[in-house]
Amino acid sequence: MPEAPSDRTPSSPFRRHLLMGMAALPAATLLPRLARAAEKPTAEVNTTGLAVTDDTVTCGILHSLSGTMALSETGATEAEKLAISQINASGGVLGRQIKVVQEDGASDWPTFAEKARKLLASDHCAAVFGCWTSASRKAVLPVFEQLNGMLYYPTFYEGLEQSKNVIYTGQEATQQILAGLNWVNKEKGAKTFYLIGSDYIWPRTSNKIARKHIEGHLTGCKVVGEDYFPLGSTQFNSVINKIKLTKPDVIYADVVGGSNVAFYKQLKAAGIDLKKQTLMTISVTEDEIVGIGGENIAGAYACMKYFQSLDNPNNVAFVAAFKKMFGEKSVIGDVTQAAYLGPWLWKLTVEKAGGFDVDKIAAASGGVVFDKAPEGYVRIHNTNHHLWSRTRIGLAQADGQFKVVYETPDLIEPNPFPAGYQ
Amino acid sequence: MSKIVMNSNAFMTRKDVVCFGVLAVLLLAVFPTVLDPFRLNLFGKYITYGFVALGLVLCWGDTGILSLGQGVFFGLGGYCMAMYLKLEASTVEATKIQSTPGIPDFMDWNQLTELPYIWKPFHHLGFAIVAIPLVPVVLALVIGFAMFKRRVGGTYFAIITQALASILTILIIGQQGYTGGVNGITDLRTLDGWDIRTDGAKLILYFGSAILLLASMVLAQFIRRSKLGRILVAMRDKEDRVRFSGYDVASFKIFVFCFAAALAGIGGAMFTLQVGFMSPSLVGIVPSIEMVIYCAVGGRTSIFGAIYGTLLVNYARTTFSEDLPQVWLFAMGALFIAVVMVFPDGLAGIYRRYVDPHVERLLGVTRKPAGQITTSDTASAVVE
Repeated sequence: MPEAPSDRTPSSPFRRHLLMGMAALPAATLLPRLARAAEKPTAEVNTTGLAVTDDTVTCGILHSLSGTMALSETGATEAEKLAISQINASGGVLGRQIKVVQEDGASDWPTFAEKARKLLASDHCAAVFGCWTSASRKAVLPVFEQLNGMLYYPTFYEGLEQSKNVIYTGQEATQQILAGLNWVNKEKGAKTFYLIGSDYIWPRTSNKIARKHIEGHLTGCKVVGEDYFPLGSTQFNSVINKIKLTKPDVIYADVVGGSNVAFYKQLKAAGIDLKKQTLMTISVTEDEIVGIGGENIAGAYACMKYFQSLDNPNNVAFVAAFKKMFGEKSVIGDVTQAAYLGPWLWKLTVEKAGGFDVDKIAAASGGVVFDKAPEGYVRIHNTNHHLWSRTRIGLAQADGQFKVVYETPDLIEPNPFPAGYQ
Repeated sequence: MSKIVMNSNAFMTRKDVVCFGVLAVLLLAVFPTVLDPFRLNLFGKYITYGFVALGLVLCWGDTGILSLGQGVFFGLGGYCMAMYLKLEASTVEATKIQSTPGIPDFMDWNQLTELPYIWKPFHHLGFAIVAIPLVPVVLALVIGFAMFKRRVGGTYFAIITQALASILTILIIGQQGYTGGVNGITDLRTLDGWDIRTDGAKLILYFGSAILLLASMVLAQFIRRSKLGRILVAMRDKEDRVRFSGYDVASFKIFVFCFAAALAGIGGAMFTLQVGFMSPSLVGIVPSIEMVIYCAVGGRTSIFGAIYGTLLVNYARTTFSEDLPQVWLFAMGALFIAVVMVFPDGLAGIYRRYVDPHVERLLGVTRKPAGQITTSDTASAVVE
């Protein structure tokens, strides 16, 4: 079989620019340590037949480049490539340059499983960065567990999962939801909530958690409505009428993908002004606003761990490097940032473990710290392979960005199997 | 004329035996020795689509009923198998972290506290094996009865089958507590205690699929060469004449539609076993149309063409998408357009025009006036 064109790192003049843009990044400080690590012989760092040579290590990127998910997954792909090129420019991992094999999951779950199997069984990838939807992750999970691969999964998701072979770099549902509900209850005095979601596992689980929290932990609060719409649905008039009748303090929305465009436009057309009616979403990032249009969603609150507008040196450098590589107009959403963490966390874990073997990586992942993350300091949980992270609330602006209005004081512990919320 | 018809009435000509032999050697000897386990597993997956393509040859190529909903039957067969496997994987032991141990994980996430009634029989392997062809057949029977008895055909039938594919997808996604929703039924482990995830199991499943496919092809060949097969072709070309000759056209159509559905169901079940999950993305309109494309590329009037077409299109799909991840869909599109523009009869057409004459000379067979069963052949067979 001909191999996929593998090395997609940018050409050298480009890389020079990148290096200069990255002066603020952590890589430089790690260089001396790397030089030492590179002396480790391949036989010692790779005892399980991974694609590791004396100067390269092969990793896979597995996202949808075609089909309905391509639009969402492009950002994640780009962020992973950026991280990999930065790691390579700073000396690689244990002195080895990362070679990338990219595969197209084509928004099709069996294809994801097939490509995952190819990346592990044929290409012997040391790690794979990829997947976006829960369905694609569920499809590849048995493959990773059977062939003992390592997947870095970037999307915020419903939880209820934990695997030795997956590092979840996005937030699980309780991390994303609880702090936001507390804030809106305290700051906005919200008592009544209307839950609206797309009809699949993530919104249903998220709303279940939200409902338990609202009814069980926030005094005097209740859910006045809960509705679901098929993926891709564009008719929200009925629920908008119900909202007008029940007049909830907060519309709590986890509508995903293209449906968002119709939802926010119809809300606006129905005369619901988001500056007066509080709306909190956990599914709209800067990427989605490009489609929705900033003027249609301005005034809504989004609750997640990262916004492009975060003002810290790590993020400023990250946004600059991203725009330099992929164009001034590119936007960076929560998942894109989480995807960027994947290669860095893997690199740090490999260095901590002193080798590429998946079993060692899985064991060493707990406690790995990446303090130069654009979202700020993150740490992999000691046991459950999710990340400790802050949750932030952003106010949507007409220009398509969010203004951060709140951030949790502490990192929130990931809890994929939340007791009392199931 | 009648002489030729009698001659080709034999269930298999020497040429057919050779064709079967070549395909059998290819599937059972060449692929397993040349391909590594990963690639062989992929071919095992392609073979499962071959069942659908085979059904389409009889249904569409011979009888002229274009069904754009074969994914429905493929999916039903696959789901029947997946439900059995999922129950086997969801032991109380394996699911003890759930609120209700012993039911499939997605039911627990959807707040179901006991196993729904439709799931209960799937505890038994025997029931699942019977259900795999039977559920698709029953659905095909209902649709066939409703449509063909009312003489709905052609484009209208195609549209209705497409609507069916859409309806079933929405149903599966909407009823996620019972079906696993958009994620499908995943994380399948064992078949009656036998681990289906190992390389050895995959090899056995590959051979199982290949042998089942060859057997199905023999059966299809038998039907095509029987009087029944000739009536099917006659109905495609001159339905009214067949009806006026006293045949109940609708019953024959229902039969062939059900036959294609059963084949698709078996393919779906083998798919589930080899890929390890089933999801609505294999049921909808897009996969249904793709399956028609496999058949069209191979040649819809040739069972061999359809199988080679399925293998080739899927192999191309895998190869293009690996080598050109950014633009592979364009390459696939170009392939389809090229085949349909240049060779409307697909690969089988190319074979008949350029290869067949040489093969016949080698085998010492005198050539019939036309390489395929033609209207005049069949009409005379039916009338005489």
